[in-house]
Amino acid sequence: MSITWYLCVSAIVFCTGVGGVLTRRNPLVVLLSLELMLNAANLALVAFARAHGNQEGQIFALIVMVVAACEVAVGLGLIVALYRRRLPIDVDELRELQG
Amino acid sequence: MAEVTFFFAAIVALAGAFGTVLLRNPFYSVLALVCHLLGLAALFLLLRAEFVAAAQVIVYAGAVMVLYVFVVAYVGGQDKPLSPRHGPGMRAIAILFSGALLVEFAFAVLGSSLSVLDGEGTGFFSAFGSPAQIGEQFLTKFLLVFEIASLLLLVAAVGAVILARRRSGLDDPRELSVADLLRSQESGTLTDAERGSLQEAAGPPGR
Repeated sequence: MSITWYLCVSAIVFCTGVGGVLTRRNPLVVLLSLELMLNAANLALVAFARAHGNQEGQIFALIVMVVAACEVAVGLGLIVALYRRRLPIDVDELRELQG
Repeated sequence: MAEVTFFFAAIVALAGAFGTVLLRNPFYSVLALVCHLLGLAALFLLLRAEFVAAAQVIVYAGAVMVLYVFVVAYVGGQDKPLSPRHGPGMRAIAILFSGALLVEFAFAVLGSSLSVLDGEGTGFFSAFGSPAQIGEQFLTKFLLVFEIASLLLLVAAVGAVILARRRSGLDDPRELSVADLLRSQESGTLTDAERGSLQEAAGPPGR
C-alpha cells in the first residue's frame, strides 16, 4: 500500500474530528473529537516515519499520545468540576469565565 | 494480503470516527472511539510501528477510555437536541468548513509530487519500530523530551485532581474531613466555645 492511502485516511479522520468539535455541544464529545484529530495527526506522523525509514516520527507520535493523555485528564477534571457546581454540561451555555 | 488488512482496518477506523461524531449518546461515542483506536492500531502495525500500536491499545484504548467511561457514567449522558439556539445555519457552516478542509487536504496529499508518497516507503531494518529501538532512542537522543513528558504527565495529574476536588462551598455539613480531625488533634484540647457548643448539642446535663 502506498503512503498516500494512509494520508487520505488521516485527512478524513481529521476532518471528521473538526466537524465534531464544531457541531457537538456536549464537552465530552468535543474532547472525543479532539482525540480523533490528534490520532489523525499520529497516523500521518507514523506514515511519514515509514516513508522515510526513520523512527523519529514514531517517537513524535508517542509524545503526542502523552500530550493527549494530559489533555484528557485536565478536560475530564473540568467536566467533573462543572457537574459538581450544577452548571449545564453544554459548551454553548458556558460562555462566561466568572466563577 | 496487506491490501485487505489495510482496507479492513481503515474501514473500522473511519466507521469509528464517524460514529464518535454522529452518535447521540456520549457513552456510545466513547465505544465508537475505542473501535476507532483499535482500527488505527492495526494501521500502525501495517506501518511497522509495533511499539506505537501496543501503546495505542494499552494506554489509549485501555486506560484513557476507561477514564472516559467513568466520567460519562458519573455525569450522565444528556441527550439534548442539537443547537436550538443557533439553528441549523451554524451547523451547515461548520460542516462546510470541515468539508473545505478535507478538500484542501486532498489537494495537498494527492497533488503533491513527492515521490516518496507513491511507494511503500524506503527500506527498513528488521527491528524497525520495535520497543528496544524506541527505548534506545528515548534514552539517548530524546532524553530531554522523555523527561519533559514525564513532568508534563505529573503536572496534568496534579492539576486534574485539584480541578475535580470538592469545593468548600459545596461541602456536605455532615461530612468530616481528615484535615479537621488532624487539626483538632494538634490543638489537643477543646476551647471553651467548642465545649459549650458540644454541651448544647448534647442537651442539658443531668437529664
